[in-house]
Amino acid sequence: MSILLDADTTFIVQGITGREAVNLTRECLDYGKGAKIVGGVTPGRKGREVHGVPVYDTVAQVIDSHGGPIDGSVVTVPPAFTKDAVFEALENDVKLVVIVTERIPRRDVAEMVELAGLRGARIIGPNCLGIIVPEVIKMGGIGGPARDAAKAYSPGPVGVISRSGGMTTEMSSTLTAAGLGQSTAVSIGGDAIIGSTYAELMPLFEADEQTEAIVIYSEPGGRMEAELARWVTENESRLPIVAFMAGRFMDEMPGMSFGHAGTIVEGKEDTASEKIERLAAAGITVAEEISEIPALIAERLGSPSPA
Amino acid sequence: MRFFEYEAREIVKRAGIPVTDFGFARTAAEAREIAERIGGPTVIKSQVLTGGRMKAGGVKFAEGPEEAEGHAATILELQINGHVPRGVLVDPRAEVKQEYYAGVVWDGIREQPVMLFSDMGGIDIEEVAATHPDHVGRGHFSNLVSVSDFQAKQVIAQTGVTGSALTRITPILARLARLFSERDMTLAEINPLGETGDAKFVALDAHMEMENEARPRQRALLSELGVGDEETRQAREPTEFELAGEAVDAQDHRGVAGNVTEFDGDLGLVIGAGGGSLTLFDAVRKYGGRPANYCEIGGNPSVAKACGLAKLVLTKPGVDKIAVMMSIVSNTRVDIVARGVIKACLELDMDPAEKIAIFRIPGAWEEEGFKILDHYGVDYADRRVSLHEAARRAVEKIQGAAASEGDGADAPRVDGRTSGEVTEV
Repeated sequence: MSILLDADTTFIVQGITGREAVNLTRECLDYGKGAKIVGGVTPGRKGREVHGVPVYDTVAQVIDSHGGPIDGSVVTVPPAFTKDAVFEALENDVKLVVIVTERIPRRDVAEMVELAGLRGARIIGPNCLGIIVPEVIKMGGIGGPARDAAKAYSPGPVGVISRSGGMTTEMSSTLTAAGLGQSTAVSIGGDAIIGSTYAELMPLFEADEQTEAIVIYSEPGGRMEAELARWVTENESRLPIVAFMAGRFMDEMPGMSFGHAGTIVEGKEDTASEKIERLAAAGITVAEEISEIPALIAERLGSPSPA
Repeated sequence: MRFFEYEAREIVKRAGIPVTDFGFARTAAEAREIAERIGGPTVIKSQVLTGGRMKAGGVKFAEGPEEAEGHAATILELQINGHVPRGVLVDPRAEVKQEYYAGVVWDGIREQPVMLFSDMGGIDIEEVAATHPDHVGRGHFSNLVSVSDFQAKQVIAQTGVTGSALTRITPILARLARLFSERDMTLAEINPLGETGDAKFVALDAHMEMENEARPRQRALLSELGVGDEETRQAREPTEFELAGEAVDAQDHRGVAGNVTEFDGDLGLVIGAGGGSLTLFDAVRKYGGRPANYCEIGGNPSVAKACGLAKLVLTKPGVDKIAVMMSIVSNTRVDIVARGVIKACLELDMDPAEKIAIFRIPGAWEEEGFKILDHYGVDYADRRVSLHEAARRAVEKIQGAAASEGDGADAPRVDGRTSGEVTEV
């Protein structure tokens, strides 16, 4: 199976008439079995179409015309309007919200995540590329155009969780080239506060029969690697995990932010070296290079090393 | 972005938290005037965006205006950790019975802010938490419902503080928590919060950091404090090279070719995207390379921007070659970046084949990109060459080592290069 999405998942695109959103819509419609995008929302643009997807003014209108609840939403509106758009989705019973938008103030993100918790919904992102179930469906720009996504992703036993959208594809492509497919790959976003951390996604992968191992991409900043290490230890996870840690050079430059907003190193526990230690102590293998990951996974799975 | 102490105290004051009758001076003469107004013993404090002021001699005590002026003159000349002071803060020297700590920070895992309080103020809260955990109170608060005073009271009461101290500090901590939310702070600290001889509580020092992403909506406050848009308040001020990088990125709104950070090496980097840049920078250093810069390309920038960035890096003194590398792209187009970097070389009368140590960007529009690179004889690699392997090759080239005669110590080379093998021209 997969986590979060399957072939039947219905979703909408909020901000669908924006340049990136138009591309993203095309990509999702084309990929795998074809995403069921039941509508788009851009206030004031009701009546238009984007690649055949009808555009409405409100989320409620899409639900009306669809004639029932909608599973998810991809939010691609500018940062000043994102909170309102996400609240609109949550208050209309959308249970999975993928926020693509970058540079949203942390307070807004925290408000969205807290409301999602109250509504029993899940947020992925912000500042992420979304979710992909290889050869089935993708929700968000992850992997790019269908043709490109098909080159990088293939179905298989590895769950991928990454704080970098681009590196989700880089790692999956490396796995694919070695004959190791992915069950689901999730770009969780590069901000200091995000809707779903590694530890929050682990129970889903744990419950997914297809998934036999996990690969994560991590960076300095924040405590989510420490949280993952704790989760793995406390829950005696059945899934072997291989991690890759980028941004080691940042340890020498406290207070500077590189790559993603979440990487600013504010305390000793946030540094790359501290995280590597914690992950290793929890039995998570930390790869020195991306290219080592397939062999490390194969080793942890107890199968012969891939070509 | 971090605030100077005099700004942080002003922010605290605006939130209704009592502060001393301090003043900010840019010159020694101004410091004297403030000391005259205060009319008693004063403390003169250097205004720098770095810690360790006391140790470095950036905080001095004066009995009267004359001494205040003298100390101010000394402190204004004193660099601390390489920072030249913006001015001095002149503070009445208060009779302090006890020092407390009040602070608010984000808890990224709980996704909520957390109030912190200690009756052991004046020292680092992390130190207190480690050595005297029973003297630190803490409590999270909702992002959706405004903080109520009782929540602050509960946090303070955890440390055993009671009586009038509890009732008087409660509104101060609650106001600090509201300020934290309303002003988009990532850190709001009053340390120490002083209990004066007359049983009043007053902020004796404050430390505030605001989230950069929130600066646009906090513009009114920032302009009232006199903080200009050009002040990045990063850990260090941007260099000329970095400012030129910002100008390149600002020339149009298509994608990103920015976040340029200066280093002092000889290998120029034109790299992306967020995570790819972090990985590649590490990789170059792992193989003994010395990067001249850090940067990020992403979101499909225009040819002009890619060209501008490459030109900036190519003309940086000490740069011999550039490495153009990204993790697999799905939005950014390979051919556009290829065009941009080749155009940069040509416009600078440089040979792309010689100046571009390696081009490793696989992904969207790669066939078109590789054709262009073939045409100019640029060494390129597709996704079969890992990020680390690409970085290793670039370092090898710049160090002048024979590209073809490796010692075999590194990972086996997966060849994805050489024209004709990869793509037909």
